[in-house]
Amino acid sequence: MAEKTITPSMIFWQKFKKQKSAVVAGIFILLLVFVAIFAPFIAPYDPYATDYSQAMMPPSPQHWAGTDIYGRDILTRIIYGTRISLSVGISSVTIGAIVGVTLGLISGFFGGFLDEIIMRSADVLFAFPGILLAIAVVAILGPGLVNVVAAVAIFSIPTFARIVRSNTLSIKESLYVRAARSMGASNNRIMFVHIMPGTLSSSIVYFTMRIGTSILTASSLSFLGLGAQPPSPEWGAMLAESRDYIGVADHLTVFPGIAIFLTVLAFNIFGDGLRAAFDPKLQ
Amino acid sequence: MLKYFIRRCLSILPVLLVVSILVFLFVHLLPGDPARVVAGPDADEATINRIRTELGLDKSLPEQYLTYMGRLFRGDLGKSLSSKLPVAQEIALRFPPTLYLALTSLAWSIIIGILFGAYAAMHRGKWQDYTAMIVAVSGISMPQFWLGLLLMQLFAVHLGWLPVTGFTGKFKELILPSLTLGASVAAIIARFTLSSFLDVFQEEYINTARAKGLPERVVMWKHAFRNALIPVVTMVGLQFGFLLGGSVVVETVFAWPGLGRYMIESVSVRDYPVLQALLLLYSFQFVIINLLVDMLYAVINPEIRYK
Repeated sequence: MAEKTITPSMIFWQKFKKQKSAVVAGIFILLLVFVAIFAPFIAPYDPYATDYSQAMMPPSPQHWAGTDIYGRDILTRIIYGTRISLSVGISSVTIGAIVGVTLGLISGFFGGFLDEIIMRSADVLFAFPGILLAIAVVAILGPGLVNVVAAVAIFSIPTFARIVRSNTLSIKESLYVRAARSMGASNNRIMFVHIMPGTLSSSIVYFTMRIGTSILTASSLSFLGLGAQPPSPEWGAMLAESRDYIGVADHLTVFPGIAIFLTVLAFNIFGDGLRAAFDPKLQ
Repeated sequence: MLKYFIRRCLSILPVLLVVSILVFLFVHLLPGDPARVVAGPDADEATINRIRTELGLDKSLPEQYLTYMGRLFRGDLGKSLSSKLPVAQEIALRFPPTLYLALTSLAWSIIIGILFGAYAAMHRGKWQDYTAMIVAVSGISMPQFWLGLLLMQLFAVHLGWLPVTGFTGKFKELILPSLTLGASVAAIIARFTLSSFLDVFQEEYINTARAKGLPERVVMWKHAFRNALIPVVTMVGLQFGFLLGGSVVVETVFAWPGLGRYMIESVSVRDYPVLQALLLLYSFQFVIINLLVDMLYAVINPEIRYK
């Protein structure tokens, strides 16, 4: 009888499948991506169409999540908001990851002076609490979503760099890297082909968790009036608009908040699941 | 021990130096002529020139930096563009409310976080554990401004038990903002406490304590508790910096007369001297808190100082 080969990815799936909540979170994230892509086909109304005769209506069969002060359908706006939050979260962390992983690889691989410079710069970035750094960047560049992406990307860099650097330090000494070197592989080839794949698992876990944090930060900045500007259906900006109607129209506050909360929760739980599945200590 | 402390203190000096240079350069990073930016869009040439000399922008950058740092050491942070009052005075006015808020949040998030974490550890794998951890991961994922708005809606507007916004020095006014600010920190502490307990439970002396028939309660509180808390201390210290940052959002929600809301106001009116001073203050605070945490950690855990 042929022996069944067990690949690392099979082990990963075995362990990941056991975590029911992470699987549910993963499905929810896929659903969010689907909603974001097909928003115009799913949303029942136009996210910007105002109708003052329908202003601030509580949830009803016509408007499942009610309407806002301009009579816009809140559910529609939340559906369109998915596009904004997901793209801001994913793009900012992707930029941060590309820069951070590269710097971490260089830092760990070459060591010495470059390492000192990169790691001390990371220390400096760490000296600012994340959201304050983002506020400072927005204060320089001006309010707006693109600048929020830049701000969030910048403060994702140092952690990626640190994670990858410490992985690189240990992988650098492994036998297969020394073998590659003895065969005459170039530094770039060793760094990106031989070392980088070994650092991926911890980067992916951090990447997923970071998307949640970034969505949270971006919506906080929009809430503070520094990110997406009205009439954008960004979730944080929607909550900022609701602030003056507390006690008058509670549904304005409830639904956009649920959207942020569930999205961030899904990324956090999914990230936790990935971490557990990648962890060789847990069987 | 002393040697370790001195070395650790010296190690933050370069960081503080670079941070101060960055914050100093802040005004120069703004697009356009800083004097023009500071003067505002309607200023005439004479005003812009006056501001340029006033801020010393006509001198070379290193010269400007030295003047800036010289003033800083004398406690002179410049003047606010909007109120024309010294920034140091404006900050002194708003520092206490922010500090009260951060300390209250920290106090209850430590208590709740450690209790939740320890409780989950005692009931490992049972429903209590899962519930505690679901609450914890929810706390981390909850947008602070949303939690604040919901609490305000329920307890202040509908039930009328607590004041809606503002701070005049009463404890009652601290409750909702500090709960909002502390929620995610409590959640982080809870998760950390749980994993720390689980690590400690692997230790031989816990097995020994159980083997000699001590009740689980004694093992938990007498043997495991103290050791499990060592890493939690570091965590808690680091979270204090997070609280200071988070206060920006929570202070805005609750119209809190503190530094966080001041920062947002300064961003919207482009009051750069104030922003510069606040960035400097926040980052110095953050670095120094981390330093103190490291030292505290060395006091508790002797392994660190001999490395």
